[in-house]
Amino acid sequence: MYRYVIKRLLFLIPTIFGVAFIIFLVMNITPGDPARALLGLSAPQADVDALNHELGYDLPFMQKYFNYLKNMIIHQDFGKSYYTKQSVFDEVWPRYIVTIKLALVGVLLSSLIGIPPGIYTAVKQYSLWDTIPSVIAFFIAAIPAFVFGLLMLFIFSLKLNWLPSFGATTIYHFIMPTLTIAIPPAAQVMRFTKSSMLEAIRQDYVRTARAKGASERTVIWKHALLNALLPVITQVGLSLGVLICGAVVAEKMFSIPGIGSLIVDRILFKDEPIILAGTILISICFTIVMLVVDMTYAFIDPRIRAKYTTGGKE
Amino acid sequence: MGREETSLRMEKTTGIEKITFKRQSQAKEIWRRFKKSKGAVFGLGMLTIILAVILLADVIAPYSLATRQNMSLKLAPPSWGHIFGCDGYGRDIFARVLHGGRTSLSIAVIATMTSCLLGSILGAVAGYFGKVIDSVICRALDIFMSVPDILFTMAVVVALGANFINLLVALTLAYFTNYVRLVRSQVLNLSELEYVEAARAGGASSARIIATHIIPNAMGVIIVNTTLNVAKIILYESTLSFLGLGMPPPAPEWGLMLAEARAFLRTSPHLLLFPAAAIVMSACSVNLIGDGLRDALDPHLKS
Repeated sequence: MYRYVIKRLLFLIPTIFGVAFIIFLVMNITPGDPARALLGLSAPQADVDALNHELGYDLPFMQKYFNYLKNMIIHQDFGKSYYTKQSVFDEVWPRYIVTIKLALVGVLLSSLIGIPPGIYTAVKQYSLWDTIPSVIAFFIAAIPAFVFGLLMLFIFSLKLNWLPSFGATTIYHFIMPTLTIAIPPAAQVMRFTKSSMLEAIRQDYVRTARAKGASERTVIWKHALLNALLPVITQVGLSLGVLICGAVVAEKMFSIPGIGSLIVDRILFKDEPIILAGTILISICFTIVMLVVDMTYAFIDPRIRAKYTTGGKE
Repeated sequence: MGREETSLRMEKTTGIEKITFKRQSQAKEIWRRFKKSKGAVFGLGMLTIILAVILLADVIAPYSLATRQNMSLKLAPPSWGHIFGCDGYGRDIFARVLHGGRTSLSIAVIATMTSCLLGSILGAVAGYFGKVIDSVICRALDIFMSVPDILFTMAVVVALGANFINLLVALTLAYFTNYVRLVRSQVLNLSELEYVEAARAGGASSARIIATHIIPNAMGVIIVNTTLNVAKIILYESTLSFLGLGMPPPAPEWGLMLAEARAFLRTSPHLLLFPAAAIVMSACSVNLIGDGLRDALDPHLKS
């Protein structure tokens, strides 16, 4: 088990290298440069070249890439922002925390909203209590997160005046953003829970449980649910990607100082160090969440746990 | 569809009459099962209407209407002259929704096709050859997937510049990973089946086995996923446009219209209503068709 966790954590290293490489590549093979973005279109080419040189942007691609990795690993230095000249880490870290909080609360909320109706609709299949929530979930799955945000903004902020429309100071500021990012994945989680649960209910062991006289409650909660939840957990973990997308939208929409909005703003300036650091941090978070998901799997399912502990291959 | 192709191939080797009959019955069978689902038929009907209206956009409301500014009509509410009202620049929203649909839907469909093609090829290669090739592709994919789609697409769009082709490139790169995993797992399952073994024993080349035995049989799953992906890309593309990373401003585009609607949310919610409804309706109809196809193509997938 430990060996497996360590192996997975070690895979973070090539992941970081790979992510850095991809972002470097995208930033460098494409036209435009930070100095031009900073100085404006009318600035003379000589000034632009000089500033690019000063920023270190004009170095050869591979040299830049390896320098970056070297500084990051040996000196824990992520460089300085091209745009603000501040230390990248100081600028990125607080915003990263905001986004991670937003995304994790979003994950939690989407499972809380999504899983119970998923179970309920599966148990009550074909009844009105199945149809209505399923149809609602179907519609929600076809609405982009930002439309939710706009709708909530319209209703709760502009019409009812209940919630503030931007900023990130009090807890009330976070209600609409978290809902914005949690509801679309919640619909997915619900649909997924339902189908997983339906499948579990049809299994032989559920029939056996019923046949031996277990109460309906025991059958659903103990026999069907635990088995049905396994794939749901993966789905919830994977929805973090969707949530980060939602977080970017919510941050832009509600003016929350998170990493997503920072990256969107700085991409226009080709602020390479900020974009790299932001993307790498998010990728690390993503990889760790997937690891936690797999661990949860092992925790819930004795079959998988047995595979790890006996030293079997992953 | 997979079975359809298989029987087509049989046509060459065996009697034509019998097989032609069989092929018809296969397509009919799928259609019969598809028809049984009211939702799917409704979705198909709705999509047909949406597509017809969008294709006839030039006849119904010429493109010039979608971009012509008329400040006297600024934020005009829906009326008989402008059934969806006018936006902050006095442009007719109805015309903008129609022409925006052209952009949104064609991007969604083309990006789905390209990502499907790229992903399926990589997935088939990884799954079929296994060993080193598989490991390399899978590890590269793991790295690729640990960059959240949105950041990656943003970087590509901003770096290359926002236009139709670059949006396609960005969306393709964001979505092909799903297909690699899907097709790889399909191929892994299928290549253990007896008929593949038989073909290999018969001396068929790898390329031939992939093309004629594996892909047609994986087709059902791929088609269902492709359909559902169209809906996802419609939503995703509108999100990109909303963030200002889609088509550049004067162009009519659903996400962009919603971004512009935001400034007038308090006074003119109709700016929000129509483009949002267009997105939801098209995504819904595509999803309905996808669900219907899933049930029709392979009852085992119904889970």
